[in-house]
Amino acid sequence: MAKYYDESIETASRETIRQIQSENLIKTVKLIYDRVPLYRNRMDEAGVKPEDIKSVDDLHLLPFTYKQDLRDTYPYGMFTTDMDNVVRLHASSGTTGKQIVVGYTEKDIDMWASCVARALTAYGATKSDIVHVSYGYGLFTGGLGAHDGAQKLGATVIPVSTGNTARQITILQDFKPTVICGTPSYALHLIEALHEAGLSKDDISLKIGVFGAEPWTDEMRVQIEEGLGIKAYDIYGLTEICGPGVSFNCECQSGLHINEDHFIPEIIDPDTGEVLPDGQVGELVFSAVTKEAFPILRYRTRDICMLSHEKCSCGRTLVKMAKPQGRSDDMLIIRGVNVFPSQIESVLLSFSETTPNYMLIVDRVNNSDTLEIQVELGEEMFKSDEVKHLLTLQSQISEKVKSTLGISAKITFVEPKTLARTEGKAKRTIDKRKLY
Amino acid sequence: MITKQISVFVENSKGRLAEITDVIAKNNINICALSIADTTNFGILRIIVSDPDLCQKVLTDAGFTVSITSVITLKITDRPGELAKALALLAEHEIAVEYIYAYITKEDSDAYIVLRIEKDVEAVELLKANGYQCVKS
Repeated sequence: MAKYYDESIETASRETIRQIQSENLIKTVKLIYDRVPLYRNRMDEAGVKPEDIKSVDDLHLLPFTYKQDLRDTYPYGMFTTDMDNVVRLHASSGTTGKQIVVGYTEKDIDMWASCVARALTAYGATKSDIVHVSYGYGLFTGGLGAHDGAQKLGATVIPVSTGNTARQITILQDFKPTVICGTPSYALHLIEALHEAGLSKDDISLKIGVFGAEPWTDEMRVQIEEGLGIKAYDIYGLTEICGPGVSFNCECQSGLHINEDHFIPEIIDPDTGEVLPDGQVGELVFSAVTKEAFPILRYRTRDICMLSHEKCSCGRTLVKMAKPQGRSDDMLIIRGVNVFPSQIESVLLSFSETTPNYMLIVDRVNNSDTLEIQVELGEEMFKSDEVKHLLTLQSQISEKVKSTLGISAKITFVEPKTLARTEGKAKRTIDKRKLY
Repeated sequence: MITKQISVFVENSKGRLAEITDVIAKNNINICALSIADTTNFGILRIIVSDPDLCQKVLTDAGFTVSITSVITLKITDRPGELAKALALLAEHEIAVEYIYAYITKEDSDAYIVLRIEKDVEAVELLKANGYQCVKS
């Protein structure tokens, strides 16, 4: 069994990695400067020319790219190739109005699939494995990302996608997949469903679990490993960079090796933008320097994290990032869907009678994330004192949240001024899941 | 004759009703009648008081969500069958009742029926035409 998918890169010396990074960075800076007016202007404002970037050491000279830039140039303003060469589009999950779109050339898809194949190999998977992909297929990168990676490895892929748990259990029993890819919360749900059906891990053949798209704890890992009889591994990625496969656990199950020949990481102080040394906690920033359609420079992920170049016992020299410890913005990940409180606020404001005073309570009940939106009941909402009026308003808000964000929420009306007012930035969320 | 009823939004939490009635008591407002609609996560307190405008002001100042709702107070003789007769009259004329509660006073032997009706003006006219008396409160 091969230990590495791409040994020459995965165990390369620091000097070799730096050389690859430098070459790719120089090329990508020129490409973006030529093709993306937004970034060219930003470089001009910062007084940086493409020729100033001579190696990866000069990365810090470049300006950052923010999520807002992707919205401002929506849909294709950050693309660096003609649409003729683009073979696939993906978009950020379930966030209508604030979605971002990224494109891939055939070569980009292949690069992405190799990154996932490196991860699968690190987890111990080979072409003899049968891979059950329970990530959603569609604009979300999870499904097709895991699919392409497993196929690249030569494994047998079952494109199950999400939902219909009874059918997924039948597939687990009958098709005997040995690897499962999905969200950790869905894995926990599957364990419960197995038990309800009077089955256990002995009735299925899984050995390896590949989990990502939402934060999960070590306690969840233990629960999943015991419940499914597998080793559970973390895979990290984000649509803006490519999707799952940006980094991955190795057999050590601690920290994630970054495919840094493609994605150059930095840790910065989120307030000053200053680059921080290894071992210091800050915001993770990525430069994707090998993509043809959608490369990106110094993208602010908002994930709070740290890096380590210490030698890993698996033999890989690829830099490791710790599991993200939180966010430097207020984004929540609920059932794998990215949710910004501001989106909830716009839903509330779209009802003429509601006030934007709200609180989001996120919890995990029976292994599934729950969202409660507490809305302060202002006088406008109470013009009619009939119960049915308030119940109708409640269900209208709930439906609008569902159609706008793609997640269901419980709407609770609370008395005015009961929600905490803080000076400056209002605290809008209480996350009881303790995921970080 | 339309009555001003005070409606207060109440969260389902211990002590909220005590706090509301405390504000009313401290302002020397008398509660003539009271009813509460309860749902799983909130309630609506509806009261007929001696001074509705003052009551609205003091409760709003205390931070409650309050509205003044127009209701009809129907005065009937306090004996079996009187309410049924009045409601049958409304039903015959397809006038729907949203909610209803009742009270009696020490001053007379009549019963007072508080009715929330969408078509309140029409209802009052109909009741009056049939010999009923609607009072202010």
